[in-house]
Amino acid sequence: MTIPPRLTVLLAAVLLLGSLSAWVVVHAAARAESRGLPRTGEPSAGPGAVTLAAGQGRRMLFRTMAWGPHRDEVVAVPADDPGGPRVSSGVRCLRFHASSGTGACLQAAHGPLGDTYRAVVLDARLRERRAFPLAGIPTRTRVSPSGRMAAWTVFVGGDSYAGTNFSTRTSILDTRTWSLEENLEAYRVLKDGRPYHAADVNLWGVTFADDGHFWVTLATGGRTWLARGDVAARTLTTVRQNVECPSLSPDGTRIAFKKRVAGLPEDAPWRLYVLDLRTMRETPIAERRSVDDQAVWLDASTLGYALPGDFGADIWTAPADGSGAPRRLLPAALAPVVVQ
Amino acid sequence: MYLADGRDAPAVVPHRGRRWAAVPGTVLALGTVSLITDVSAEMITAVLPLYLVSGLGLSPLGFGVLDGVYNGVGALVRLAGGHLADGGGGRHKAVAVAGYALSALCKPLLLVAHTLPVIGAVLALDRTGKGLRTAPRDALISLAAPPERRGHAFGVHRAMDTAGALCGPVLAFLVLGVAAEGYDAVFTVSACVAALGVLVLMLFVPGRPGGVGVAPKTSRRAGRRAAPSGPLRAPALLRMPGVGRLAACAVLLGLTTVSDSFVYLLLQRRFEVPARWFPLLPLGTAAAFLLLAVPAGAVADRVGRRRLFLLGHLALLVAYGLVLAVPGGPLPAVVAVLVLHGAFYAATDGVLAAAVAGVVPDAMRARGLALVGTGQALARFACSIGFGAAWTAWGDGPALAVATAGLAISTPIALAALRSSACPSAQRTA
Repeated sequence: MTIPPRLTVLLAAVLLLGSLSAWVVVHAAARAESRGLPRTGEPSAGPGAVTLAAGQGRRMLFRTMAWGPHRDEVVAVPADDPGGPRVSSGVRCLRFHASSGTGACLQAAHGPLGDTYRAVVLDARLRERRAFPLAGIPTRTRVSPSGRMAAWTVFVGGDSYAGTNFSTRTSILDTRTWSLEENLEAYRVLKDGRPYHAADVNLWGVTFADDGHFWVTLATGGRTWLARGDVAARTLTTVRQNVECPSLSPDGTRIAFKKRVAGLPEDAPWRLYVLDLRTMRETPIAERRSVDDQAVWLDASTLGYALPGDFGADIWTAPADGSGAPRRLLPAALAPVVVQ
Repeated sequence: MYLADGRDAPAVVPHRGRRWAAVPGTVLALGTVSLITDVSAEMITAVLPLYLVSGLGLSPLGFGVLDGVYNGVGALVRLAGGHLADGGGGRHKAVAVAGYALSALCKPLLLVAHTLPVIGAVLALDRTGKGLRTAPRDALISLAAPPERRGHAFGVHRAMDTAGALCGPVLAFLVLGVAAEGYDAVFTVSACVAALGVLVLMLFVPGRPGGVGVAPKTSRRAGRRAAPSGPLRAPALLRMPGVGRLAACAVLLGLTTVSDSFVYLLLQRRFEVPARWFPLLPLGTAAAFLLLAVPAGAVADRVGRRRLFLLGHLALLVAYGLVLAVPGGPLPAVVAVLVLHGAFYAATDGVLAAAVAGVVPDAMRARGLALVGTGQALARFACSIGFGAAWTAWGDGPALAVATAGLAISTPIALAALRSSACPSAQRTA
């Protein structure tokens, strides 16, 4: 038998592959550590008081992605000086939104067997009021204009060998009663006027009109719809096809959304459009790149959205009426919201 | 040839010495290969959603659209793998190495794939490797194990395979724990682990099936003579005593086997499982499968593999019944469903392969395994499409009720078909 030579080969391979693995992991760990150190030429951040309280001037809150000790924290900058120093809150969020003194923060909790995620409702001083475990990776969150309702969407998936079936789970929370609708798919769906159920229904990207009504993306059979949600009636009614990640304007008359445009490459298929709810006419904005984000309204006529950047993502802005040109507003930033 | 196998059996037993405990070295080696490979594969599976969303900033929705296409291609590749493996007097090891190596090569490719279509293509290639290797690997297991111990051998293999699948995510998240956002490190470690699996296969699995001294040479030569020369002829295989009936039963029962993802979705919706538990549901099934695979294989060797195969479907029937009948689904009901689901896999997955091995001659073993396995996979895929359509038309409850009724009708039909098998001794050994 030739066992000894075979074992020698195996041992050598284990040593070789093991050293390669160890080297790669150590290298990646060092790289991860270096992200905690600030680098010159990047927006700097320092600790300070960040609140959602009214009467402190218009300011922008967002997740900073610049390297340094405050990476991934919610920071604030004055709305009229977005390039100014970032005041850091010490609260880490993957996704963030706020309105009328209520903040919604989707954050990771690092555990020995991988990250778990939770949705945290924050008060006006960004202190935790209540937290809810999440079933997957955070992607969208919104707070209703009054600050009473909050919604979030997570990705769930990867549970089988080379599994490629991903799904979303969207939850809606009433912060007054703390009643949580964990899965919005429990609502009755009315598609094209008729009751509809299917195993492949996915919902994502809630935007609130008021505390009882919202808009959301409904996907089934490989297509997407804009759906109107009614909290009291527990219904979702489809309104229009090919609308993803709706974002309702502050006056409630327009919806900015991601539209899948025919002829674009499969890996960058979206353009941002604005739908006028009175005329149901849609207008493309000036941005020509594919945007995979739920846009925010920075004011009544301006949109903000994320595009990939050197530090993960940058926030860009463009007029909502299709005029003008896109402009980079915040480097190394994600999930912005304007607070006044 | 089947009968020849049966007659060989007594001659083989004393050859192996300790009758109950011994597992052939080849089976342990193949189990080790599968364990290592599953660690590597599940490392990727576990971090892929996180990588897509956090690492690349992509929305993985709509990613599953091509799933059906991949499954169809995977099924055809499996047939090709079986055909190639049986050719030239047995190239099982060479084809298995090619399949494992192809999947291993996909891991470093992930380092350079940054868009959804490219990542999708890499995953499809990974599945092609899996499709290619499955039949020759199972054929090697069946040829290495003495016929009356095949159920046990397949049980050991499946348990090792599942153990690897459970360890993969742990290793992946350990790497991410040391190196935050180190997805490239996860992919590299996964590639190294996969390479190790290929190496173990090359070094420790003998090239000649049965070469470790299990099946006497005469039986293999006899098998080769009995097999039709020329390329794969599915009809010829299906006309062999027992093969057609077994394949038909696997397809019939596959048509009423609701896919795992639907089972977990149903559990979540009908039992109101809290969202944070959802990722744990597949672990429940896997844990039960892991614990029950070896005992189930051993039991199958004693009471008959077909009988246990049907009993496994009975367990599935009870699981469906629980989901339908227990409103609200308290924790014990959830656990019971998952244990039954795992027991179903333990009693059917390796056991079906062992049963097929009992009726297909050595020289056509990989083709036979591929044919039945592909038939079952396509039937399950058809069931998924039908189940999704039924869900859309009538809702989840009625869809499951139909599947349950279908399973309740198919199981006795399969029982009758397998009982009245033309070859009476098949009842005893297979």
